[in-house]
Amino acid sequence: MSDARNSILTKLRKTRDAHPLTPPASDFAPIEAKQWADEERLPRIRRLMEAVHTEFIDATEADWPAMLREFLSREGVGSLLYAPATDAGKRLVEGWDAASTTLIPYDRPLEDLKPQLFESIEAGLTTTRGAIAETGSLILWPTADEPRTLSLVPHIHVALLRADALFDTFLQAMREQGWADAMPTNVLLVSGPSKTADIEQTLAYGVHGPKRLVVLVVHP
Amino acid sequence: MDGNAPDFAAASRAALADPQLRGNFRRAMDGLMTKRAAQFAEPAEWHGVRALAASVRLRALSKLPELLEKLEENCTRNGITVHWAATTEEANSIALDILHKANAKLVVKGKSMVTEEMHLNAVLEKDGIEVLESDLGEYIVQLDGTMPSHIIMPAIHLNTKQIAHLFKRKIKDAESREDAAYLTDLARRVLRAKFQAADVGMSGVNAAVAETGTLCLIENEGNGRMCTTVPPVHIAFMGLEKVVEKLEDVPPVISLLPRSATGQPITTYVNMISGPRKSGEKDGPREVHLVILDNGRSSIYADPELRDTLRCIRCGACMNHCPVYTKVGGHAYEAPYPGPIGKILVPQIEGLAKRGAMPHACTMCNACVEICPVKIPIVEIMGRLRVEAVKPGGAVKDGGAKASRAEAMVWSGWAAMNASPTAYRIATVAMSRLGNAAPSSLPMLKEWTNVRTKPRFAGRTLHDLARAKGIPDV
Ligand code: SF4
Repeated sequence: MSDARNSILTKLRKTRDAHPLTPPASDFAPIEAKQWADEERLPRIRRLMEAVHTEFIDATEADWPAMLREFLSREGVGSLLYAPATDAGKRLVEGWDAASTTLIPYDRPLEDLKPQLFESIEAGLTTTRGAIAETGSLILWPTADEPRTLSLVPHIHVALLRADALFDTFLQAMREQGWADAMPTNVLLVSGPSKTADIEQTLAYGVHGPKRLVVLVVHP
Repeated sequence: MDGNAPDFAAASRAALADPQLRGNFRRAMDGLMTKRAAQFAEPAEWHGVRALAASVRLRALSKLPELLEKLEENCTRNGITVHWAATTEEANSIALDILHKANAKLVVKGKSMVTEEMHLNAVLEKDGIEVLESDLGEYIVQLDGTMPSHIIMPAIHLNTKQIAHLFKRKIKDAESREDAAYLTDLARRVLRAKFQAADVGMSGVNAAVAETGTLCLIENEGNGRMCTTVPPVHIAFMGLEKVVEKLEDVPPVISLLPRSATGQPITTYVNMISGPRKSGEKDGPREVHLVILDNGRSSIYADPELRDTLRCIRCGACMNHCPVYTKVGGHAYEAPYPGPIGKILVPQIEGLAKRGAMPHACTMCNACVEICPVKIPIVEIMGRLRVEAVKPGGAVKDGGAKASRAEAMVWSGWAAMNASPTAYRIATVAMSRLGNAAPSSLPMLKEWTNVRTKPRFAGRTLHDLARAKGIPDV
């Protein structure tokens, strides 16, 4: 098919050179101008995300595993998938009382976990690389230790958000974190639980991805 | 008329006679317009971000061949296999090849308008491969055996009751419940089993970043993530215009697309994929393929005026605001892309012999131009296509296909009359005396009077009236 490649590129180049196009300069100021004061970001994120059914739990560095355990047992969640090699995963298991919720480590390839993942695991825990005030979005940065399906397949996705990792805009986040230099296999912005309005514009939650998104805010 | 050309006039008459359909569209479009307007409440913000997004798209087009090469280079470096297809046939055979190599029996698909353009599902089914649309709207349309009627909300033409009946007929053990939450959950159960079992996942691409070799997909449901994460092979399809230069060019596009499309600040998921599963990673497809499709786009690109068509980010807002689309609905166009963008894009891809009627399905009200987030001069392009439809030798395929000798004669008569004061006087006097006697069944006049009252000619011409007021002839 390299025939197609060459003929397409040759044609594009020839016709562009015959009629070059001078684009106007890209002025990013209208996006850069979107800024919120430190104390406004978290409430804004919360308001925007709650408007699309995201749930929030406030916690601290010391008590988040306990807060999570309490939430899961209150909601009757029997199993939580987690990333055992991450710092958060190590913190989670310390002193976990498995009586109410069983912890399942994501420690093997998807292929070996698929039936369990799709058919029985109820919740998944991931970290985030922060959140975006403009749109109320979490930044998820899956890694070898924290796989992509952890935040996708279980019915409940619990995301740890550090309250000091908040950005004004998507643009600011990607600039300050230097995304363009090293994009991982997958980056996600997540702004709520899965939803659809495909049936007569009626909003329904939990169509293919998680039915519930719970943000566990870790205050410094 | 071309024997197998879609007959827009007939299809729209049928649509107009269907009050259910008109009600469904009217309600949906009103809601979408209101929600969009609420998102752009600050004019300065709208103008600023819109100018930025337009510049991003124009810059991408100004360097299109170089950016496509760069995209290929960076995708390849990331482990994505890049394929080029000049035609939809080529794209289909590339897809079949990959599927055969993967020994695929079941394919799950996220929303992709390019694959609608390719009629890929029909090709796969003919090859004995089961293919399942997983976007809820697309799934509904596929079960119903029809086509999407809107590029963002494929099943917008159906109401809950109609969908409940459809599910009852087609899904085993479905209850007859007219409840969106129940129906959504039913689809979740059916499709989750398919995501788990699928051999290949397919998707479209909202923007491909040349700088990093990244494919960006936006969606609300999570089906796009399922299709691009769970099956062992992922094939993404994009029109060659979908490339942007830098990663920083993505935020302006993402800022406007969901707000314009559905009036939400952002979609639930923005999914950025830069490669297959790396060694040590536990999930993600082992192969990622990107199919870059031309299908007439390079010809659109060749013309400096028509080129603007390729700025489109497929938000669908022009449909929501189009007085014609809102009344006749998406199916009347019988095309993968309906509404204003369809009326300029489809004739350029498929030619004016087949699609010459489409640019006429427009009142030139300019509503689409005012809301287009990347400022495409849709109406100007529409005018250009109308001219090309009757004038051979232009840039668009099958130019002149709609030329009519009678129409050409009328227009040259009109031009001659307006060019000579004597001819003009004779003609206007004749019209003022005899015009009202002309039967409304005259050819050409009939097309107008079919659905409208024939206008009455005034008894005295404008010149007569002016003279009576003492204004002298020049
Ligand atoms: S033409 Fe403009 S308004 Fe219409 S779909 Fe494309 S970007 Fe959106």
